[in-house]
Amino acid sequence: MEVDADAAVEAAGLVKRFGDVRAVDGMDLTVPYGTVFGLLGPNGAGKTTAIRMLATLLRPDAGRARVLGHDTVADPGALRGRIGLTGQYASVDEDLTGLENLTLLGRLLGRPRASAAGRARDLIDAFGLADAAGRQARTYSGGMRRRLDIAASLVGAPELLFLDEPTVGLDPRSRAYVWDVVGELARGGTTVLLTSQYLDEVDRVADRIAVVDHGTVVAEGTSGELKTSVGAGVLRVRLIDAGQRERAERVLAQELGAAVRRESDHAALSVRTDDAEGAGRALARLSREGVGVGDFALGQPSLDEVFLALTGRPAADGVAGSEGARAVPVPGADPRDEPAAPVDARGEDAR
Amino acid sequence: MTTEETRRAAPGAPGPSGRGLWERERFAPPGPATAVLVHGERALLKIKHAPQQLIDIFVMPLVFLLMFTYLFGGAIGGSTREYLQYLLPGILVLSVMTVTLYAGTALNTDITGGVHDRFRTLPFWQPASVVGTLFGGVVRYTIVLTVGVLVGLALGFRPDAGVGGVVLTVLALLLFAISVGWVFTALGVVVPTPDTITTAGMMVLGPLLFTSNIFVDPDTMPGWMRFIVDLNPATHAATAARGLMHGTATAGEIGVLLGICAALTIVFLPLTVLLYRRR
Repeated sequence: MEVDADAAVEAAGLVKRFGDVRAVDGMDLTVPYGTVFGLLGPNGAGKTTAIRMLATLLRPDAGRARVLGHDTVADPGALRGRIGLTGQYASVDEDLTGLENLTLLGRLLGRPRASAAGRARDLIDAFGLADAAGRQARTYSGGMRRRLDIAASLVGAPELLFLDEPTVGLDPRSRAYVWDVVGELARGGTTVLLTSQYLDEVDRVADRIAVVDHGTVVAEGTSGELKTSVGAGVLRVRLIDAGQRERAERVLAQELGAAVRRESDHAALSVRTDDAEGAGRALARLSREGVGVGDFALGQPSLDEVFLALTGRPAADGVAGSEGARAVPVPGADPRDEPAAPVDARGEDAR
Repeated sequence: MTTEETRRAAPGAPGPSGRGLWERERFAPPGPATAVLVHGERALLKIKHAPQQLIDIFVMPLVFLLMFTYLFGGAIGGSTREYLQYLLPGILVLSVMTVTLYAGTALNTDITGGVHDRFRTLPFWQPASVVGTLFGGVVRYTIVLTVGVLVGLALGFRPDAGVGGVVLTVLALLLFAISVGWVFTALGVVVPTPDTITTAGMMVLGPLLFTSNIFVDPDTMPGWMRFIVDLNPATHAATAARGLMHGTATAGEIGVLLGICAALTIVFLPLTVLLYRRR
């Protein structure tokens, strides 16, 4: 693979085995400087292992990676202090206070004591932790801990930030907060490489997305490119009465000549089609036959559908969903369903 | 609202110092000494925030002394007071060696909790994480030795070598405990949980401390047992401590203790650093 000298991350043929399992199996990745890049894939797809190799924490069994222009195996020292990592589990010292955690890291980055304390205070304020600054991190809630963890990876103002599933286990407000920070960092020129299982989130925050499955990248591009690559658009129909779904399914199949998909919402159906005229005919016939349509939409496929098309199985197979009501991400759901509105978090923080 | 004000309201807005989340101010990496001191400070902060973790360190020498003095004193030493003169230096060794287990738990918590991963992305001299654990150890060892000496004095222990003897004993045993601690830092890097260190440590320390001359003079033991006792580092630590307390220490006894300390440090400190780097 050609190596792109202008990219923050260039990986070619990365392999990592754990026993018989090839966690990462020939992964190629190019992350341009200044982008927010999303690695999207189910649990066990190799995202975390890939990130740990790129962050110099794991040695690849084969292949090589250049990060910020330095080989991760030959020259990991050159990357220390220039990359930041927030893993899936909060890696802060639970015995110390939030402020002490950040001050300590500042001093290990070479700041004199007063400068480290000032930087720590700035980050504590910026992440809305001022009230808890003097409390031991073990007393923090999940959301506060994650914020402290991300703040910790920003003490050194890294040029490249790795965020491994930064929103797992967070409530919607904290998730919005995290994505808001990511956006802010990107505006400041920081390259962000993040992983997520939440398709809607990646869709919203990432400039470019690599879909990862079984340790390799199966597709890469912008969200729009990925959706276009799958081809057809989608007609989504939601019935007023779920009991009429079979009848509606028959009508749609006949009119559009394509497989109709039953959504996990018992009143919803979707059909892959580019035929706007056919879609209109189908809707008209549903109405004639007395099938009440609550709402319908003709549009691009969702990333879930892209995932299905690329891997041959629904993302929900191996994808843990958002917490609570949605045990699995609903394919075809509007990505903007999430209550997380960045604007809210911003208002929250301004207090 | 101007653009600037909008930006200020965002989480990434410049803080009081006027710099944003992404400020690119670079600093020269800290020197090894600074890195060790920062880690040492961290170890002390941990103790400051959780002083309740030190309770067993205060109670242990007290319980050991009361128990063994009054349980065995009359039978072994003729009188409890006389036995205490023999027992106390050994109890200091027993207590301080038990506390060396904690040297490994801090490192293990760093690795299993993910702090180690973060440290590895930072530009400091990495062995500082290992060497820095020494600071917490010195605090704990000093407490346990001080409590042991004070309780001993209250019960009737009288060091023939006076204050000087006590100070020299405490210093020698501090060095000994620090050296033994590296065994447990090495263990702390390889085991899966902090509890494993305590369990494995107790399994080793229990027999080790009893097959020594801490409680009784080995003169009455059969030859094979005396051989085992003589191989035991705890025996040599107790002999040196007794000698220093009562002013009878020979250069040979002190030399053996220093040799043991050097050997433990030379083997287990680099081993810990090596294993830590691989994690």
